[in-house]
Amino acid sequence: METTVFLVSAVIVLAGALGVILARNPVHSALMLVMTLFGVAVLFVAQEAHFLAAVQVIVYAGAIVVLFLFVIMLLGVDRAEDLEREPLGGQRPAAAVVAVIGLGFIVVLGVRAAQVSLGARSVHGELDGPGSNIEKLAEALFTDYVFAFEATSVLLVIAVIGAVLLARKPRDPRPARHFKGEPAERGEDR
Amino acid sequence: MGDPLFAEGVDLTVVLIVIGKVVVAFALLMVSVLFMIWFERKLIGDMQNRIGPNRAGPWGILQTLADGIKLFFKEDLIPDRADRVVFKLAPYLSLVPAFLTFTIVPIGGVFEGDRPGTVTIFGRETFLQVADPPIGILVLLAMSSVAVYGVMLAGWSSGSKYPLLGSVRASAQMVSYEAALSLAVASVVLMAGSLSTNTIVAMQGTAPWEWNLFVVVVVPFVVFLLAGTAELNRPPFDLVEAEQELVGGFHTEYSSIRFALFFLAEFMNTVTMAAIVVTLFLGGPRGPILFGPEWLWPPVWFLLKLFVFLFLFVWLRATLPRFRYDQLMDLGWKLLIPLSLGWLMVLAAIRVAQVQDWNVFAVLAVAVAGLLAAAGLLLAAVRTGQAVHRSGEILGEVTERQVEA
Repeated sequence: METTVFLVSAVIVLAGALGVILARNPVHSALMLVMTLFGVAVLFVAQEAHFLAAVQVIVYAGAIVVLFLFVIMLLGVDRAEDLEREPLGGQRPAAAVVAVIGLGFIVVLGVRAAQVSLGARSVHGELDGPGSNIEKLAEALFTDYVFAFEATSVLLVIAVIGAVLLARKPRDPRPARHFKGEPAERGEDR
Repeated sequence: MGDPLFAEGVDLTVVLIVIGKVVVAFALLMVSVLFMIWFERKLIGDMQNRIGPNRAGPWGILQTLADGIKLFFKEDLIPDRADRVVFKLAPYLSLVPAFLTFTIVPIGGVFEGDRPGTVTIFGRETFLQVADPPIGILVLLAMSSVAVYGVMLAGWSSGSKYPLLGSVRASAQMVSYEAALSLAVASVVLMAGSLSTNTIVAMQGTAPWEWNLFVVVVVPFVVFLLAGTAELNRPPFDLVEAEQELVGGFHTEYSSIRFALFFLAEFMNTVTMAAIVVTLFLGGPRGPILFGPEWLWPPVWFLLKLFVFLFLFVWLRATLPRFRYDQLMDLGWKLLIPLSLGWLMVLAAIRVAQVQDWNVFAVLAVAVAGLLAAAGLLLAAVRTGQAVHRSGEILGEVTERQVEA
């Protein structure tokens, strides 16, 4: 049963991944990426990582790829690219070299994995015992890893504020004044 | 916990019960869509002093069926500049999430007794819902984020500018309101202590004052209802289909059965959202068992509560004018999201106070003070932002004039 699920979703994941790089239209590529993400979500469910699967769909498929599509559609790059032209010189040979190195790395890892276990054990032992998957996850996040968790959220807040700052286009040539919370000199009539 | 149906392994009876549940849920949803479209047209007719559909069948009740058959036999047009594959795919991307969300709604089951939410079918105990996944209500959020694709791709693949504008509006609106929706859901999950819809219903009592509506103190319910209406693109948040501005919205170029599929998805979503509201906040199928067999009453209570919300959606459409786009975004980002976030914090504080045995009133006072302070800060930030925006505009004009001079 598990093998069947794995094989089917592996085919979906690989087909999607190939589609991402082979499709000529960027929107089709993005859709293929969604297919890959769904395949991975199915694999997560097969491993009983239900929460991870849900988050995969909500965050990656639901937010990130939607954002990709937004950019593709609004910037008007949703047309097929001319593959003959090479905008960046020497990019293709470099990509080929990197691809061969990456593939070699994966093959070596795959061969070595049979002899050496790669995944380190959790220092706190397995998250076993009563309670659901999600309860365990929440407990780990809010007790042992609470500082990492909080640091990540602070990082995200910083990213949001940075994005807002960058996205604002003040028409005033002296932009710094706007962000101190006080209007510029000529804005006294507010 | 999970569905007790699968506790003793899977055999033929179990498979047949599951197939039966899927078929019944699908049929129920289809019938309720047929009913809902007729009900909406008839009720709006009444509210606007018209008669409404009255030709097909008694009181025009077969009108939807007639419309469906008509749409089936119309010509299926595909625009010249359309992206054919995506154009054909989009209606299904709308339809499938609409149905999948309904599968987690418990529509019946006896919640009194030691095994809550079960009924016995063919000697097997099971929940009266198609699936009770461990992630429960997260399915709603996952599916509502997938539903964005249907709308977005339909508009884009039409190869025409009005549908594209409509779909960009729609996806921006749906993505914005999803945040408020999930925060309202988080309040319920916090108080119920579980993501499973069945447990959420089981944690609520039979009596109205034991429902989550009062457990979470009304605010998340209101937020959820508003965000849900926006998520459905229903009036007064139907900028997506503002026919005065956009011809017809994201489905302008669609015809025949594909157009029907979009409408089917829209009304399925309406019914599903009402069902989710009932499940999360109004005790789902819970209610007093008056007489007769005890499995009979929960579905009746469920349908009655569902009907209240279906009526509410139609009522909103008949009475409220459409929001302007900036008003829509202001409501979502500056009111609903901060409000539900603040409320979630207050609820969490109360929850911690209960667990740690602190003085609940002191905690409540501190939490409310924090909420008010945060609200004041937010208001100040919004004011400053608007003032800077305005003065920036004035400065911009001045500079442009100087450049011209």
